[in-house]
Amino acid sequence: MLYLNIIVAGLLTGLVYGLMALGLSVIFGVIRVVNFAHGEMMVVAMYATYLSSTVTGLDPLLMLAPVTVLLFLLGYALQRLLINRYIARPDHEQFLLLLALATIITASLLMGFGPDARNVQLDYAYDSYQIGGLLLDKVRVIAAAGAALGAAALWAFFRFTRTGKAIRACADNQIGAQVVGLDVKRLYAITFGLGAACVGAAGALMLLLVDVEPYIATDYTLLAFIIVILGGLGSMPGALLGGVLVGVSEALSGFVIEPSFKSAFSFALLILVLLVRPQGLLGRA
Amino acid sequence: MRGVPVLGLSPRVAVALGLFVAAMLALPFFVNDYIVSVLVVVLFAAYFGQSWNIMTGFAGQLSLGHALYVGLGAYTSAALFVHFGVPPWLGMPAGMAVAAVAGSLIAALSFRFRVGGVYFALLTIAFAEFTRILFDHFKWVGATEGLFLPVANLAHQDLLRLRGSPRMFYYFLLALTLGALGLSHLLLNRRIGYYWQAIREDEEAAQALGINVFRCKVLAMALSAALTALGGGFLAFYDNNLYPDTVFAIGRSVEIITAPIIGGLGTLFGPILGAFLLTTLGETMTSLTSGVEIDGLKQWLYGAALLAIVALQPAGIWPWLRRVIGLETRR
Repeated sequence: MLYLNIIVAGLLTGLVYGLMALGLSVIFGVIRVVNFAHGEMMVVAMYATYLSSTVTGLDPLLMLAPVTVLLFLLGYALQRLLINRYIARPDHEQFLLLLALATIITASLLMGFGPDARNVQLDYAYDSYQIGGLLLDKVRVIAAAGAALGAAALWAFFRFTRTGKAIRACADNQIGAQVVGLDVKRLYAITFGLGAACVGAAGALMLLLVDVEPYIATDYTLLAFIIVILGGLGSMPGALLGGVLVGVSEALSGFVIEPSFKSAFSFALLILVLLVRPQGLLGRA
Repeated sequence: MRGVPVLGLSPRVAVALGLFVAAMLALPFFVNDYIVSVLVVVLFAAYFGQSWNIMTGFAGQLSLGHALYVGLGAYTSAALFVHFGVPPWLGMPAGMAVAAVAGSLIAALSFRFRVGGVYFALLTIAFAEFTRILFDHFKWVGATEGLFLPVANLAHQDLLRLRGSPRMFYYFLLALTLGALGLSHLLLNRRIGYYWQAIREDEEAAQALGINVFRCKVLAMALSAALTALGGGFLAFYDNNLYPDTVFAIGRSVEIITAPIIGGLGTLFGPILGAFLLTTLGETMTSLTSGVEIDGLKQWLYGAALLAIVALQPAGIWPWLRRVIGLETRR
């Protein structure tokens, strides 16, 4: 029963990881740019949530929507003003560009908030639900539900709206999309915005579960990479599956082996998957 | 002006290189210890950048995990020295061998399974991070507690056991850097160098021409890893302490590749120029912000400078500088 509890807790955290990685996957799937500043954007969202809820004294959950919108706008502007000029450039130049952005973001947060860890105080932080022998933390359930909702909303957007379909057309065939008169630049900006919005929502939800400090950004970037490669870069269900897998494996290895070993386990999983199935578990060959 | 080529270099380049070498040889006699220690940092960055450049600049395979080979080289030579008293001149080749084997294995596994491009880059990070965490638990080399070398007696230069002052390391690293420069020049003008460049430009076309792409890529990785590990060995004996979280850090991998990209990826002098520029930039930022008590200001300025460079000269500074000072190679 103890193991089941740990697995379920890992699974719930994993859904939030999955939403974060979904952002990376969407951006790469459409624009073909690896967002090396992904974790930094996540941390921006966490600080935005922290700041707005401490200033207003409101529940950080209420900040979910505003923070998501804020990150969308940031992502949109970033793609439009900066990244768009580099989409046809070699990998290493894109890498350097995003590295520079990541450095600036972390440094700005450091200047604004200092190096100390911050968190939000919740009245219901220690509440839990009990189902049979299964004990579920309330915050974890809320975070996971929010993540699942966010992912579902994104899926519906790509499936049913005209803009969503147009973005999928760009991803399938960029030149074809231009030929039929789609505004690829705008669609790319929307895509980057949506990717950032996923991170925004994930960051706001993540703050319910963990503290935030500027330097954890790299860990989140690496985590997002592991997850999307496990699931398949560019695959939406893959990102969620990868997130859940990593969440569960972290929780289990942290408990069974040693907490400091938990990311080694994820990296080992990643290496295995890349070698056996390089396109990822749910990726298309 | 056209003259007789010297060692395959145009006369102008040969003269410029000669002046540079002379200046670097003489420099430690004119500057204080602090500047020498900064120059050692520059030379480490230049040498690591050159080693990485072979893999990514010449053969076109983006590796983001070269800290792995720094770490393997550093830990192998340091552990052999600390535990068995093996002198570094034997320990460092051992470290190079270990790194070459690791690099070949990673490359062979990746390329055999057709992992390429961005996936390969992320795989190299994964191997480096995985190894870092393993070393965090590797008690024989001190795990997270660190591995320490006996402190050097700065007054006495022990060339055999690499115990000595920063000036001694300065000359060793200058020799390494110039050696790597010569080796890169040699490789680029040999069959293997042309194969690598062909693979970099168009892998399928190279394959169609009958180049054994797989073997060339694995060879590039093995050589690049071994050279990086040699630098790692010197780093161990220079720093005297090794912690997995700094030696294998992803931040180190990023540092290794920033200098050659800034300088000009795939060029001979790019990594050296990039190392000078970045270290000077870092030092300038440190002194500029030394009176100001704001966390992160230095990193912010550094990031902004990187952004400016990638915005203005995305192909690197050296290709631009070469045109400006008239060292453009005519083909």
